[in-house]
Amino acid sequence: MANELILLDTWVSPFGMRVRIALREKGIKFEYKEEDLTNKSDLLLKMNPIHKKIPVLIHNGKPVRESGIIVQYVDEVWHDKAPLLPSEPYPRAQARFWADFVDKKIYDTGRKIWTTKGDEQKSATEEFIGYLKTLEAELGDKPYFGGEKLGYVDVTMIPFYSWFHAYEVSGNFSIESNCPKLMAWAKRCMQHESVSKTLPDPKKVYEFILQLKKRLGIE
Amino acid sequence: MASNNGDVKLIGAWASPYVMRPRIALNVKSVEYEFLQEQFGSKSELLLKSNPVHKKIPVLLHNGKPICESSIIVEYIDEVWSSGPSILPSDPYDRAVARFWAAYLDEKWFPNVRAAPMAATEEAKNAAVEQLKEGLALLEGAYGEISKGEDFFGGEKIGFLDIAFGSMLGWLRAVQVILGGVKLLDEEKTPDLCKWAGKFSADPAVKDVLPETEKLLEFSKILMAKMKPASSS
Repeated sequence: MANELILLDTWVSPFGMRVRIALREKGIKFEYKEEDLTNKSDLLLKMNPIHKKIPVLIHNGKPVRESGIIVQYVDEVWHDKAPLLPSEPYPRAQARFWADFVDKKIYDTGRKIWTTKGDEQKSATEEFIGYLKTLEAELGDKPYFGGEKLGYVDVTMIPFYSWFHAYEVSGNFSIESNCPKLMAWAKRCMQHESVSKTLPDPKKVYEFILQLKKRLGIE
Repeated sequence: MASNNGDVKLIGAWASPYVMRPRIALNVKSVEYEFLQEQFGSKSELLLKSNPVHKKIPVLLHNGKPICESSIIVEYIDEVWSSGPSILPSDPYDRAVARFWAAYLDEKWFPNVRAAPMAATEEAKNAAVEQLKEGLALLEGAYGEISKGEDFFGGEKIGFLDIAFGSMLGWLRAVQVILGGVKLLDEEKTPDLCKWAGKFSADPAVKDVLPETEKLLEFSKILMAKMKPASSS
């Protein structure tokens, strides 16, 4: 039975990166289609008419949407290869909780850092560091959020590591000095090929943000 | 009569649709639980201790261990009490679809249910109402595809998406009244959803949980009084 997988995505999207990491961890082959979000393809509009967003994973012609949902889907279908979610209900619920925390807090607050200035930016930066510290506390002494191995929360959060440089330069602060344990965790994740192959060069992400700001008319 | 389910408590409030979700799920599984209701306007020590990150209800306490976020709690209930009727679909793709729509309801649709009556201008109110109607049209289509001719999104029995969406019916009905009889669920435009809503509300796991519209209307007056500024213009 042919397993046709197409991923509609963009190189810089932390949400798309989650899916790529999950697929690569499990050694699953997929076709990657880079979308131009200023000129969305017919395929994207057909596969995600409601949100018109990436990532979309098309499995044998059927679309799966929303990065967290896609990663869970991949984990369930290819459950015997490098499982990402714990098998017991309580740790599973905890993993989902922390992935949801990352989803609710990291991107939006991070975005405020590079789209605002002055007091607004300062408070966004403080809020952002607060969330990273909360994550550090949850990580504790474990090598990964998933315990001994990369898990669902690691895959959900690590893409933002490629955006850290952009946040730091924009907000004029250091994540390393505020959250050394989290940086150590990030570097540990980068030792995995699934992660290092997926995450873009942080300098390129920063350039992208500068161009995006110009396009959005933000100073 | 020892319970094999362990100690099950739910921190919540009767009017919250997010709290209704785990209550319905526990009923589906015939699991008895202690319902610890928060006082409106304040947060208990237990809530703050059990959900320090978000400080929100619902929180399920199972043998003292907290589980937070309504959809996560429902999935947990389904996985722990796996011998009871299934709540999530068994097929991974169907699960992804159910989760997609539940997320859509939470992120895009329900915020408009709350926003419409509180809208500052007529324009804003109409925009919120339009969004709600568009969303319901999408859900009408989704129901057709997902239910495959059965009564519920979950098939013959209520499932994850029925619970996620159905928990909002109380407020949807109340908001229709508050907005002066606006038809959001409409027999002409969303006939299937109207039928589904009736069946869902009558389901044994649901009927004691979904509050009556009258009760919600009374409560909404208290809510709106709290939210509006003290001086009137």
